[in-house]
Amino acid sequence: MTDRPEYDNLTIGVVALQGSFAKHAFSMGKLGIKCRAVREPEDLKLIDALILPGGESTTMTLLLEEEGLWEPMNEVLKTMPVFGTCAGAILLGQQIDDERVHCFNRIDYKAERNAYGRQIESFKTSLIIPSMLDHDFHAIFIRAPKFREIKPTVQSLAVFGADPVLMRQDNVLVASFHPELTEDPGIHKYFVDEIVLKSR
Amino acid sequence: MTKELFEVKTGLAEMLKGGVIMDVTTPEQAKIAEQAGAVAVMALERIPADIRRDGGIARASDPKMIKEIQESVSIPVMAKCRIGHFAEAQVLEALEIDYIDESEVLTPADEANHIWKHDFKTPFVCGATNLAEALRRIGEGAALIRTKGEPGTGNIVEAVRHMRTITTEMANLSVLRTDELMAAAKNMGAPFHLVAQVAETGKLPVPNFSAGGIATPADASLMMQLGAETIFVGSGIFKSEDSEAMARAIVQAATFFDKPEKLAEISEGLGKAMKGLDMVEINPEDRMQDRGW
Repeated sequence: MTDRPEYDNLTIGVVALQGSFAKHAFSMGKLGIKCRAVREPEDLKLIDALILPGGESTTMTLLLEEEGLWEPMNEVLKTMPVFGTCAGAILLGQQIDDERVHCFNRIDYKAERNAYGRQIESFKTSLIIPSMLDHDFHAIFIRAPKFREIKPTVQSLAVFGADPVLMRQDNVLVASFHPELTEDPGIHKYFVDEIVLKSR
Repeated sequence: MTKELFEVKTGLAEMLKGGVIMDVTTPEQAKIAEQAGAVAVMALERIPADIRRDGGIARASDPKMIKEIQESVSIPVMAKCRIGHFAEAQVLEALEIDYIDESEVLTPADEANHIWKHDFKTPFVCGATNLAEALRRIGEGAALIRTKGEPGTGNIVEAVRHMRTITTEMANLSVLRTDELMAAAKNMGAPFHLVAQVAETGKLPVPNFSAGGIATPADASLMMQLGAETIFVGSGIFKSEDSEAMARAIVQAATFFDKPEKLAEISEGLGKAMKGLDMVEINPEDRMQDRGW
């Protein structure tokens, strides 16, 4: 299928309860990597890594809990590589100051939701990601979060102004923007090549 | 308008996919909607069923009421302006509304022109009954299309008609030869570049949601199976017997729309859905879907 045989046996799960899950599957599809929608606990048994997409973190928290996905996901995420964008990045952080949103505590920061403001403050910008890409990345920020109390365990891969917007801690990758909305699958490729394949 | 800004506008709609956007008239309703898992709320003074009942001129809501709703929830807040009423839209933009609905539910302000939506930084959603209408709105700058349906009826028949019409018309375009597309654009009365784009991709250039008459989880499932990516519920929630249960159930139905066993479980014991209106009970001049063009 692809010129990368190591991709052939990979299945990336995308949590598909609400949000930009189809866009993530499309980005992975460009790399020739297959995805599986994760909506029920059984789906977690059939995947090598997980993506938590953008969307509304309140809605996702509710659906993850109602569908009995929270606990099994919390369990597999102790070892499974995971990539979270925007709302996904919020859910992967440490507990935040909003009882309606719950967190998996997989990366050492606290998220502040909608920190840039409402939609009118949403924007697109070029990011330099030296450790990952030899070209600028067009990043779309939608009602994006910011991250506070970032511990030294977290590696910042890109910043916008003073704020880290792309970060990694072990096999967890997070972006406060939406790589899935951009044509360029470069960040998805990094996740697969540098995190998923190397943690096998 | 730059391509960048348009991507930021459609970007928020992408984040709302697989979700439910609920009409709310008070901060209390907004909180119920958020707690039930709504991805956004539509702030308005009267839900469509009451606008239909009360008559008179329906205008954009009081900024005070909109602000109170904005302060009560963390999810995006949308609000409606009248068709063609760009000054109401400017007010909504000043309030930093997340999405503006140029809506047939309110009394139109201009019978000839819709708002030139490219002038705004705030994204717009517009209703459509067919593909040409959808493409005209996108040509004006709409970043999200929804079926009009027949608002405030709790009757799904018109939303189904509109969604089926749009998808059939897209399929018909996709089989045309390139040299037939200009004639198609002329006959449709839609911008050529958008007609050509739909012919090539087979889908709308912006997200495609559904509104107008959704009253049960099965209604939501039906519209999602017909191609809607997200559901707007207007009167269907707060005109039902148990609003909280209905809100939660419709949220779950938008996720599990293709799992009938799950829908059966979700739909159980929800109490009465809104009473609703048959289309024959509505005078032709009272049809909201015929507002705009």
